[in-house]
Amino acid sequence: MQEIAEWALSTAALRGASYADTRIGDERSRALATKNGKIASASDAESQGIGVRVIAEGAWGFAASGNLSREAVEATAAKAVAIAKASARVKQHDIQLAPEKPATADWTSPFKIDPFATSVEQNLDLLLKIDSELRSVAGVTLAETNMNFRRDEQWFLSSEGASIHQTKYTTGVGYTAYAFAGSEIQKRSYPNSYGGQWQNKGYELVEELKLVENARRVGEEAVALLKAERCPEGVFTIILDGSQLGLQIHESVGHPIELDRVLGMEANFAGTSFLTVDKLRNLRYGSELVNIVADARQEHGPGLGTFGFDDEGVPAQCTPIISNGLFTGYLSSRETAYTIGANRSGGTLRAEGWNRLPIIRMTNISILPGVHPLTREQLIAGTDSGIYMETNRSWSIDDKRYNFQFGCEAGWEIKNGNRTRMLKNPSYSGITTEFWNSLDAICSRDQWVLWGTPHCGKGQPQQVMGTGHGAAPARFRNIKVGSAYKGN
Amino acid sequence: MLTKDQAGEIFDRIRKHSTAEEVEVLFYGGKSALTRFANNTIHQNVAEENYGVSVRTAFGGRTARATTNKFDNESLKRVVQATEALAKVQQPDRDLLSMPDAGTLTMQGPPSRHFDQTAAITAEQRADSVSKIVGIATKHKLTTAGIFSTSESVEGIFNSRGLSDWHTQTSSEVSITMLAGNSSGWQKANSPDIRNLDPQALAEIAAKKAIESANPKEISPGKHTVILEPAAVLDMAGFMFFDFGGLAILDQRSFLNNRVGTKLFGENINISDDVAHPLQSGAPFDGEGVRRRRVPLVENGVVKRLVYARATAEKMKNSEYKDKVGIIEPTGHGFPIPNEMGEAPMNIVFAPPKEPKSIDQMIASTERGVLVTRLWYIREVDPYEKILTGMTRDGTFYVEDGKVRHGIRNFRFNESLIHMLSHVEEMGTPVRASGEESFDMVVPAMKVREFNFTEVTKF
Repeated sequence: MQEIAEWALSTAALRGASYADTRIGDERSRALATKNGKIASASDAESQGIGVRVIAEGAWGFAASGNLSREAVEATAAKAVAIAKASARVKQHDIQLAPEKPATADWTSPFKIDPFATSVEQNLDLLLKIDSELRSVAGVTLAETNMNFRRDEQWFLSSEGASIHQTKYTTGVGYTAYAFAGSEIQKRSYPNSYGGQWQNKGYELVEELKLVENARRVGEEAVALLKAERCPEGVFTIILDGSQLGLQIHESVGHPIELDRVLGMEANFAGTSFLTVDKLRNLRYGSELVNIVADARQEHGPGLGTFGFDDEGVPAQCTPIISNGLFTGYLSSRETAYTIGANRSGGTLRAEGWNRLPIIRMTNISILPGVHPLTREQLIAGTDSGIYMETNRSWSIDDKRYNFQFGCEAGWEIKNGNRTRMLKNPSYSGITTEFWNSLDAICSRDQWVLWGTPHCGKGQPQQVMGTGHGAAPARFRNIKVGSAYKGN
Repeated sequence: MLTKDQAGEIFDRIRKHSTAEEVEVLFYGGKSALTRFANNTIHQNVAEENYGVSVRTAFGGRTARATTNKFDNESLKRVVQATEALAKVQQPDRDLLSMPDAGTLTMQGPPSRHFDQTAAITAEQRADSVSKIVGIATKHKLTTAGIFSTSESVEGIFNSRGLSDWHTQTSSEVSITMLAGNSSGWQKANSPDIRNLDPQALAEIAAKKAIESANPKEISPGKHTVILEPAAVLDMAGFMFFDFGGLAILDQRSFLNNRVGTKLFGENINISDDVAHPLQSGAPFDGEGVRRRRVPLVENGVVKRLVYARATAEKMKNSEYKDKVGIIEPTGHGFPIPNEMGEAPMNIVFAPPKEPKSIDQMIASTERGVLVTRLWYIREVDPYEKILTGMTRDGTFYVEDGKVRHGIRNFRFNESLIHMLSHVEEMGTPVRASGEESFDMVVPAMKVREFNFTEVTKF
């Protein structure tokens, strides 16, 4: 692979590139799914190819090919340079990159059990066992399960001398029970909605999650929701479970801190951000208890945003994003770091695969747990009145990331410190900074889970990326609840 | 570009590696390029060429799929072995049908959707076009961001029962956002034939919207009459069509459960799925190679029919719903097997109203209302009442006494699609529209009563 990469870099230099990097990717995935007692999907996929990114005449060009023959690789590199020269026809200034010492490294995400070495028959048996548990509950009308594995191997070489080989394993697993009756469809998912829990782990993730043990409860809750009272509308104290708080972080912290959005580079599709550069180290983003980091390092955990190096060869880092409530950092690349005068990229440039241009993506954007011991049950016990909400059902936020609305699968009323009746269709809405400033309690490290969001979309052509979000249950005061059903 | 003859040769090699009772191979790929601009600069500019094969094998009720983008013998052998290994460990599924034969190809396909003029566009030509868009932005003292993309693609299917079909097409797309200090405007269009696109005209409209929505005022949320431009209609309506598949009814996950045959929408709503419509795009066959048929989905507000993959049609005929869902037959809308979703109509065409109105006419007939250019981040809040939430974006205006008065701050909506399509007062002539939340469709602009805005944001 080194030799193939050298063909691309040599050609780019010969054609006039002042900078070039190339990523050769070898991607493998498996997707298994069941539905109502049958195999719904069983598929393997592999893909191999090269992406070449260059700067020529002060502008960017990128070309990719699935053909790794010398002729095709050199043609791809030449095309990248030609595209860069076309880009140079419409530029305001030459591209400049923040400096980065070229690295030589070999990194593999730790795993205990290679998921591709496990028995497909046993994987399907497990999913069908879960399915059977879900459908053993009267009233469950649809049961769906999924199990997904990925192995992404990449060789990165740059004209500056970087040479980085990385291999990453990803596992995802989860299930959902649906209950339809009359004029209502309800659902409950485990461990999370929209595909379950995903981490950079091997098959050991599947074994850790107590999937079968939770299936009957999940089915029963789906059916119980049909008869539950609708969540009231008004202003309430709410407690969010960790998975919902993870998505709240993703949407109302992770996206607005992307420096490409801030600088207008995503204005046509993903949008911009309210976090203009004048707000850095000046904006009170949240309450004193809010400490959020962007941490791609292995020591943060096996999140979907964990890696050795990003896709322009910058090592994984931890960037403080919100420190005791103060906004302190962005997600950056070498280009955007230079633009705002930073000394170095924060190392967050990533591509969906070899055929996509890397763009700024969330790493693991995590809220740090509370320093004092506090379980979810203790948090609820310390709340006189409120609503506990669990597992995301819908999510939406404006294109500057101010106004959001989330719906959850299930809610429970809290009265005098007790979790009481179940509530269906809970939702809450607000303005990002007002919301984070209303946080007045967060559970401790033993309640903290590094959740995976496997399908974050961004860019044109659109790229899908996995991101990580560590979170523990937390409490928010004076939150608008129930707008989703207002007027309907 | 990969040709059908080359694909046939690859298929023959795949068959030789397989021990399965049946083999199906999907081919996909092509050449694509996208020039992206922001801050009046081309900041990303990409091109890709890639092809792949997706192999499905079947052994007596057991099936699986494996995909690769490598066509050497070793890779093809490996992908065949992978699909066979995945299939063989399964329990047989009695609902799995044999693969279709060439008899499904008797229907006429749509006219060619491959245009040499689109395929021949170069990076230099895209840059020159972007330069003109930037020129318009500069003229109006605005900043622009957007894309100009072109592609040439193939899609093909071969199976061991003699079926083979092949589709090539081109695509071109322009999307433009114009940004002022505290406002913005947007336009987007696409077509297989690049000669149908006018980027400069789109840039001028987007610029006009940005300028005219400057200094937006805040008005109270609540139920307002809205005029939704076609892209906004498309992004809303797209959330219901996956429920028009027969399997969605059988799974009881469709908002049409117990509603097929009922009048769910207004009398003026007529919707079909029609791959052959001149403004439509895409291949004339489905994931099994069955030719797509025109299916009337909604007539005068009544949900008339569903679409079906072959296996779903068989299951539906033997289900408790068989007498409640209209005509049951394979319609050529199945996704590649195996899959969880079954099928969906993907070539939606809204019928023109008896008296089409232009957007200007809709504005002129509005005493008080909101003109919406584009919607954003739409998600389903309630799956059976089809309540959707989302935001307005890039050009939201207050209309009073028949005139656009000023820009307004963007709203959050929580609106039922059933309610929306039951309160359409006026419609335009359907056009090929493109948004960001749904697939492209042929849809009209709509004037809708009592559209439910629930909150307002800060810009």
